[in-house]
Amino acid sequence: MPELVEIRLHGRGGQGAWTATNLLAMAALREGKYSQSFPFFGPERGGAPILAFARISDKPIDVHCMVYNPDIVAVLDPTLLGPKVVEGIKDETVMVVNTQDPPSKVREVLGTSRGKLWTVNATRLALEVIGRPITNTAMLGAILKATNVVSLDSLLAVTRERFGGEMGEKNASVIRKAYEEAVPE
Amino acid sequence: MSIKISEMAGWREIPVAGVAYRPSTESKTGDWRSFRPIVNEEKCTGCALCHFFCPDGAISLVNEKAKVDYDFCKGCGICAEECPVKAIEMVPER
Amino acid sequence: MELGVAKQEVMGLTGDEAVAYAVKQVDPDIVAAYPITPQTIIVERFSEYVADGLVNTEFVPVESEHSALSTCVGAAAAGARAFTATASQGLALMWEILYIAASMRLPIVMAVVNRALSAPINIHCDHSDTMGARDSGWIQLYCENSQEAYDTTIQAWRIAEHPDVQLPVMVTLDGFVLSHTLESVRVLPDDVVKRFVGQRRYIRVVGHEYKEVPLVLDPENPLTLGAFGMYTHYFEYKRQQAEAMEKAKRVIEEVGREYGGISGRTYGLIHPYRLEDAEVALIGLGSTMGTAKIVVDRLRQEGMKIGLIRIRSFRPFPREELLKSLSHVKAIGVLDRAMSFGAYGGPLFMEMRSLFYDEESRPLISDYIYGLGGRDMPIKLLEDVARDVKRNADRGRVAEPIRYVGLRE
Ligand code: SF4
Ligand code: SF4
Repeated sequence: MPELVEIRLHGRGGQGAWTATNLLAMAALREGKYSQSFPFFGPERGGAPILAFARISDKPIDVHCMVYNPDIVAVLDPTLLGPKVVEGIKDETVMVVNTQDPPSKVREVLGTSRGKLWTVNATRLALEVIGRPITNTAMLGAILKATNVVSLDSLLAVTRERFGGEMGEKNASVIRKAYEEAVPE
Repeated sequence: MSIKISEMAGWREIPVAGVAYRPSTESKTGDWRSFRPIVNEEKCTGCALCHFFCPDGAISLVNEKAKVDYDFCKGCGICAEECPVKAIEMVPER
Repeated sequence: MELGVAKQEVMGLTGDEAVAYAVKQVDPDIVAAYPITPQTIIVERFSEYVADGLVNTEFVPVESEHSALSTCVGAAAAGARAFTATASQGLALMWEILYIAASMRLPIVMAVVNRALSAPINIHCDHSDTMGARDSGWIQLYCENSQEAYDTTIQAWRIAEHPDVQLPVMVTLDGFVLSHTLESVRVLPDDVVKRFVGQRRYIRVVGHEYKEVPLVLDPENPLTLGAFGMYTHYFEYKRQQAEAMEKAKRVIEEVGREYGGISGRTYGLIHPYRLEDAEVALIGLGSTMGTAKIVVDRLRQEGMKIGLIRIRSFRPFPREELLKSLSHVKAIGVLDRAMSFGAYGGPLFMEMRSLFYDEESRPLISDYIYGLGGRDMPIKLLEDVARDVKRNADRGRVAEPIRYVGLRE
């Protein structure tokens, strides 16, 4: 991973993409790193496609524009797979996709041979563990498996802190499960 | 402590913030008057309405009778208008 | 006085949360505010602090921004520390009270989360709102990141209340780019902040009966504030305001230095970056100047002699400091995130051009209007701007004085 890691999450309004980047940023902070987390405010309505961004670095982060060439891309909702997901990606970009399909099928939809692809069935995991198809935390587990951008321990700690009680435990558990189940292409 | 500042002092000398630094009592509005209110003490009931209506605060009650401070009374006639027992008469200044 | 840099906790805060946290630590007597995107989080967080009993502040939930600032005016005149926050249309609705707060010399602190003005309705960042208020008599400090929003909100009280200043202060932060971006923010311990801001001091004025009294409403020492001022006096009061602005320059620097002593983060009127041997300089305000640092670094790697200045204090305008820092620069690119319709260029461009009018050697200056209504300013576009300024420097002539950056033709 480069000195400054830039992350872009694709989700739908209500799926907690911004919460997810906040958790990543807080986990990084916990490790003594610098971080940013911010949403792209488009039409801010339940169901509308949205983006959330994070930056993580060992040095203070001066840059204050959107992320154009992400090092990590994650897709929280399989229905969002499309050209937007691969916009600005590099050969080294890690793409983590919530899908029940095999990687070859995902590649086909994305129409690119660039990037390193990881897949996980986050919707199934979220339904099993949380009881609702909110995939943001599951996807974080998969991102960590694919990149180690922050440690699993830091993420679990900030997740418990953020949700608290039973929800904290459920989210921690879904993160672990996704961490175990995420597979590279 | 009293610090005199002339009316036409420069910007360095006058107090900041637009604070009114000269008392309004320095501005004697009595010489604006062309009609003078005269209180008929027989009629005056001491109700103090004129005191409250006077825009210049020129009327006070002395021994429960209205008393005009002619240094500041500008002769507007509001007191005469408002007095419920018509105890104030406006007479021309000479 | 201070025993060096205090131990600080690192928190993940959005720009708005950083401001709210600073205000919580200052614990002013009164906060009167009306929520408006993207300032809303400040008001939300602060009202939580009030509800949780973490502050002693009287929170006044008003029905409009006009009332918010009016409440602050009354409270500050009565001696209170007053804070409010707004954005865009909210600032516009405060308009007449802005001038009143400044000319009554009330040390109110206000966070303005920069947002475009309607129409069309837009909730995103540009500097049109505060640029419009640049002549209202408020000190304006533009922040680069959430850390600075926190730091400046604390310093603002000391600047506003300084006996030589006595002016309200606007702390501005870019809407969404800072207000809604979670960043690492180092926060001082409560008691260090309390000690730094201290108690509000009152200057003394000559009031009723020629008695010298503190400039604060007090039935024991009556004062007439906000009275009528005719052509005999009005002008003198305005000259006093100009003087206070002039003196504020020194105070902003002093307070910024003293704050550096307790936090390790020193602030001034301007923040130059890699300017020492620069031929080309970018000048601008706010969060974009952070991104511009990356551009400077990249172009330096290519061998371009480039630097930048972020202006922190737009009012008072740091004339001497800019002249000194830019004396060796051949070409300047001004980044304006606001327009002045019908004028020759944006507000900052006009300042920069007039700044050099009396100088024997004047740099080439070109204007780059960008980012209106929240349009992003990516590294790529800033690089284009820098290269354009460099081309001007090379050919010794400004090809196109005013350009719109990132605009569809
Ligand atoms: S209003 Fe008339 S009656 Fe009442 S105090 Fe005045 S003069 Fe007397
Ligand atoms: S005439 Fe007018 S100014 Fe004079 S006492 Fe009556 S109300 Fe007051």
